[in-house]
Amino acid sequence: MSSPVAAGHPPAAPSSPSAPPFPPALHERPEDEQLLAAKLVPLRRPGQWASALVLVVLLAMLVHTLLTNRRFQWDVVGSYFLNGSIVDGLKLTLWLTAAVMASGYLLAVGVAAMRLSGNPVLRSLSFGFVWLVRSVPPLVQLLFWYELASLYPQLSLGIPFGHEFVTVRTAHLFSGILAAFVGLTLDVAAFASEIVRGGILSVEHGQTEAAEALGLGKVRIFRRIVLPQAMPAIVPASGNLLIGMLKATSIVSVIAVQDLLYSSQLIYNQNYLIIPLLLVATLWYIILTTLLSIGQFFVERHYARGSNRGGGSARTGFWQLFRGNVPLGLS
Amino acid sequence: MSEQIHDESTRPLVRIRGLRKSFGANLVLDGVDLDVHEGEVTVLLGPSGSGKSTLLRSINHLEKPDAGFVEVGGEIIGFRHQGGSLHELGHRAITRQRARVGMVFQQFNLFPHLTVLENLTEAPVAVRGLSRKSAALQAKALLERVGLGGREDAYPRQLSGGQQQRVAIARALAVEPQLLLFDEPTSALDPELVGEVLAVMKDLALSGMTMIVVTHEIGFAREVADSVVFLDGGRVIESGPPADVLANPGHERARSFLSAVL
Repeated sequence: MSSPVAAGHPPAAPSSPSAPPFPPALHERPEDEQLLAAKLVPLRRPGQWASALVLVVLLAMLVHTLLTNRRFQWDVVGSYFLNGSIVDGLKLTLWLTAAVMASGYLLAVGVAAMRLSGNPVLRSLSFGFVWLVRSVPPLVQLLFWYELASLYPQLSLGIPFGHEFVTVRTAHLFSGILAAFVGLTLDVAAFASEIVRGGILSVEHGQTEAAEALGLGKVRIFRRIVLPQAMPAIVPASGNLLIGMLKATSIVSVIAVQDLLYSSQLIYNQNYLIIPLLLVATLWYIILTTLLSIGQFFVERHYARGSNRGGGSARTGFWQLFRGNVPLGLS
Repeated sequence: MSEQIHDESTRPLVRIRGLRKSFGANLVLDGVDLDVHEGEVTVLLGPSGSGKSTLLRSINHLEKPDAGFVEVGGEIIGFRHQGGSLHELGHRAITRQRARVGMVFQQFNLFPHLTVLENLTEAPVAVRGLSRKSAALQAKALLERVGLGGREDAYPRQLSGGQQQRVAIARALAVEPQLLLFDEPTSALDPELVGEVLAVMKDLALSGMTMIVVTHEIGFAREVADSVVFLDGGRVIESGPPADVLANPGHERARSFLSAVL
């Protein structure tokens, strides 16, 4: 930049009332003291105000119609909200999701570790498993496990192509609930293993080398050094998968397992109060998803230890957005 | 073994013979021989790509040699000699060997999710079977030694580069290694932070620690090293006391490298 004195005559810019000539003429330039004393005015964002206003109006309309449209039948929703079979269905949804996610993730960590191992047999096995499970629709998997008996009427333990020691009839091996558990667990394992693998790959290789140089064993390096550092990459995608699975468990209705959604379906098949009973199920799903999202926030904050990313500060997310926009109207 | 016992005191702690390593078509180590005696400080010099880091990493079996061997304390690293063959060791045995050799990296490689204290106690607890309490006591003493007493609850990211590297040195010392390897320990540091790390390393050298150091700090080599080894194209082209190698290098490549870095 040349000094103001050396700048000489400023070029004669085309002047209009809204855009003053740039740079301004020498005699129009403020003194340094004026600039230092000047108050900082943040950039006004009227577009944000306008869009916020539109959103508030739309939200008000939504609330209004939800409250005034009698056909939502909120009184019916209220009366069925804590209905016995709804609560039973809710319990089943909750523990099926928990069981499927827990066993699915245990499998997933193993599958991901196999995929990343130096052993070509394990690598291929892991790849094949993920390929197969991801290719088959979960509904088909569920029906497959449920109908296993029609495919293999009996299962035997013995020498391959040779003598059989134990034989089990499969007719009653897979109840609906067990088929649901096995099918969904495999589904979670396949998808979660890719999430876990991505997280592990995000950890710098130098971390493993440093741990190896210290003489730490393979398992300990994975558990204490690599996995905790992979968690910040694993948690958000896993939260997604968990919330998805909470609702995806509703496909168990095809094999007559009474989860939250199927329980409400059974009720409205009798009394034809379709919308209110779907609202009952939806409200429960909203409540559960909200709780899980809050839980995810705290888990993410826990794994942000030692990093500057996310967590830590109280002013995050919505509050930050709010604070960032409020000064618009002030001063 | 029995015929070797009488000269165990004069046998070098580290013996490297005929070490060869290539990455694909790229020959990185082309038959390297090296001896390092207990208590000695050896500095590896050479232009980038000369194989000095690979040589250093081979001593800890972070690189597996194609031919030749590395011996530390009378034990072949990564292999077992039996019936005329060198059998590759399993992971567990290599892990045990590695615990005797400490390493300090260019990028520090501290564990960012663990506090300074946890960085220092992880290996002693897991490898040497110390209790958490005695490992913590030892860690605090080591932090004092590298001039970072009282910082045990900090996370690595809260420390400067020089402080992080000093923690990394303390971490390497925590497993009580026979030998300490330094892979360009000051190359990732701002110039004003180099001195504090070199001071800690000099202190270690004076205390009798056996060290092999890859560095471009010629001043450190001149002042602290017992011997300087000059590598070029995967071969040792010059070695000896720093006064000889640094003052009047015989090899043309060594001369041009030294005139470039000095």
